Amino acid sequence: MSNPYIPNLAVIRRVITENEVNDIKTFELVFQDPEAMKNFKYRCGQFAEISVFGAGECPIGIASSPMDEDYIQFTVKKVGVVTTALHNCEEGTVVGVRGPFGNGFPMEMMEGRNVVIVGGGFAFTTLRSLTKFILHEANRDRFKDVTVIYGARNPGELSYKYDLEAWGKRDDINLNVTIDIAVPGWTGLVGFVPAVTKQVAPSSENAIAVVCGPPIMIKFTLPVLNELGFPPEDIFLSLEMRMKCGIGKCGRCNVGDKFVCKDGPVFAYKELQIMPKEY
Amino acid sequence: MKWKVVEKSKMPLLIEELTKEHEVFAPVKKKSLVSFERVSSGNETYLDFQNTKTPPKEVFFPQTEILFTYRVGKKGVEIGEAQAPKRKMVLLGVRPCDARSFVLLDKFFSSGENKDLYYLEKRKNTTTIGLACNHPLSTCFCTSIGGSPFGKEGVDLLLQNINDKYLIETVTEKGEKLIEKLPWLKDAEKADIEKTKRLSEDAEKAIRSKVSVKGVSEKLDRMFDDPVWDHIHQKCLGCGVCTFLCPTCYCFDILDEETEEGKRVRIWDSCQFPCFTLQGSGHNPRPSGKERMRQRIMHKFNYSVKNFGENFCVGCGRCVRECPVNLDIRETVEKISTRQV
Repeated sequence: MSNPYIPNLAVIRRVITENEVNDIKTFELVFQDPEAMKNFKYRCGQFAEISVFGAGECPIGIASSPMDEDYIQFTVKKVGVVTTALHNCEEGTVVGVRGPFGNGFPMEMMEGRNVVIVGGGFAFTTLRSLTKFILHEANRDRFKDVTVIYGARNPGELSYKYDLEAWGKRDDINLNVTIDIAVPGWTGLVGFVPAVTKQVAPSSENAIAVVCGPPIMIKFTLPVLNELGFPPEDIFLSLEMRMKCGIGKCGRCNVGDKFVCKDGPVFAYKELQIMPKEY
Repeated sequence: MKWKVVEKSKMPLLIEELTKEHEVFAPVKKKSLVSFERVSSGNETYLDFQNTKTPPKEVFFPQTEILFTYRVGKKGVEIGEAQAPKRKMVLLGVRPCDARSFVLLDKFFSSGENKDLYYLEKRKNTTTIGLACNHPLSTCFCTSIGGSPFGKEGVDLLLQNINDKYLIETVTEKGEKLIEKLPWLKDAEKADIEKTKRLSEDAEKAIRSKVSVKGVSEKLDRMFDDPVWDHIHQKCLGCGVCTFLCPTCYCFDILDEETEEGKRVRIWDSCQFPCFTLQGSGHNPRPSGKERMRQRIMHKFNYSVKNFGENFCVGCGRCVRECPVNLDIRETVEKISTRQV
């Protein structure tokens, strides 16, 4: 039996600064042991525990796509002890990775259906994984129309600008990038994510919606999706909770009798409706 | 099932023999505090207690435990020894309520895809010797919650105190194997065995606290938003002693100590602390004592029932005895069970 508390060692191969404020960075990691790299099979929407030795461990959603086989990426905002230590790491630093953990998005359910991806702020990380996965040439045919609505406070706060640019050139994705308030030089959409979702009005016909973002965005986006005809069982959300072990043992991330780390982090809105509102 | 007998004066000898092949943990008295410690001789052990101040869970799930060591150098990171070498242990003098907590913790730590080997290995390598409870305390309520003063759940052998001797009842094969190593133990006499039955009945009768947990889990299903939580937590200080001393509480934190040659440790944590659920963004899903008290009660009497089919409480009464503001879990459960919802 393997010990789930022992991390695999990985090297930071590349660090990408994602935003103007410089508090969101994407870390590209490669496991030191090629076997570990091969064995790290994950689904979109799962997370891993990242160790910065001496600072500790924290759970981070996986931002790369499962199709990216020779590296994994994590997009991290600098907020606490471990994330700050990670931000101070240079390329070449060895860190630890445990995982993947959690259930991930319901990919099987999405196959053969339209997919609506709604994200706000830096919570877009696992949605980026999902979008990248669906758009991969080996997968694209298995999904129908893909609509992405992604909002940030201002253009400088948008993550993955390199992906957004590439996706914007494709005709097999309906990409809607919005910022909260108009600024000179911005030619894209302006407005909060819920309003833009209403404007874009993706059809709920044979569709699944996946929503990640700050609580306020989720609060106002759910009624819009409801108006558009999405039933609660076809809307999926990824919950945020303080976690330590990632395997349902340390006892802090429960919402009712469910552990966000192992029963989630992805829940159907229908499940959340019957769970206590304690997240 | 076998019954052996040992005179109290011979207990130090018995313990001494056990220490030859095992690490022995037993109650030790330091001033007024009785807790489980590693003993190297029979004379250190103290068995005339009602119950220990701290629960024996710390033998299998220490307050601070090294998960692994690491060394950060110029050439990268090395991860060292993950666990102490396997050693055979004997845990002696556990009250039946506390022994029952092991049965609950076993279910928890072995659940799911990822088992907790740190706890499970120690449990597997340990022979647990219980100590039946002749004189329960006024705060005891094991009989209300599935246990009894002479209960055998979670023990391999059960010591029963009769005047100047202990009867030793074998409960499991593991216990029997340990007994085989002590061939000098005499067989118990029938009259003494009869006497333990009477003692057991008397002890049960001595437990006056009755708590009705029946139906509490179902009620709690409908009580998440009940006004009862607005009142129960009011006098709580949030000190967390109820969770630290609870034999079934298992929540922990994981952190790193030292930077270059360091260790990753897990330490006990408590759902009663504000930081327990505080997120990086500053958001806290359990911002006040109300939500934290509700979590503790819900976890013990509802969530655990759903996940493991058990109330995570053994009725030891430590949280009642040690609470600095006299919060009483029996009263809380009573309030819930009498509420019309």
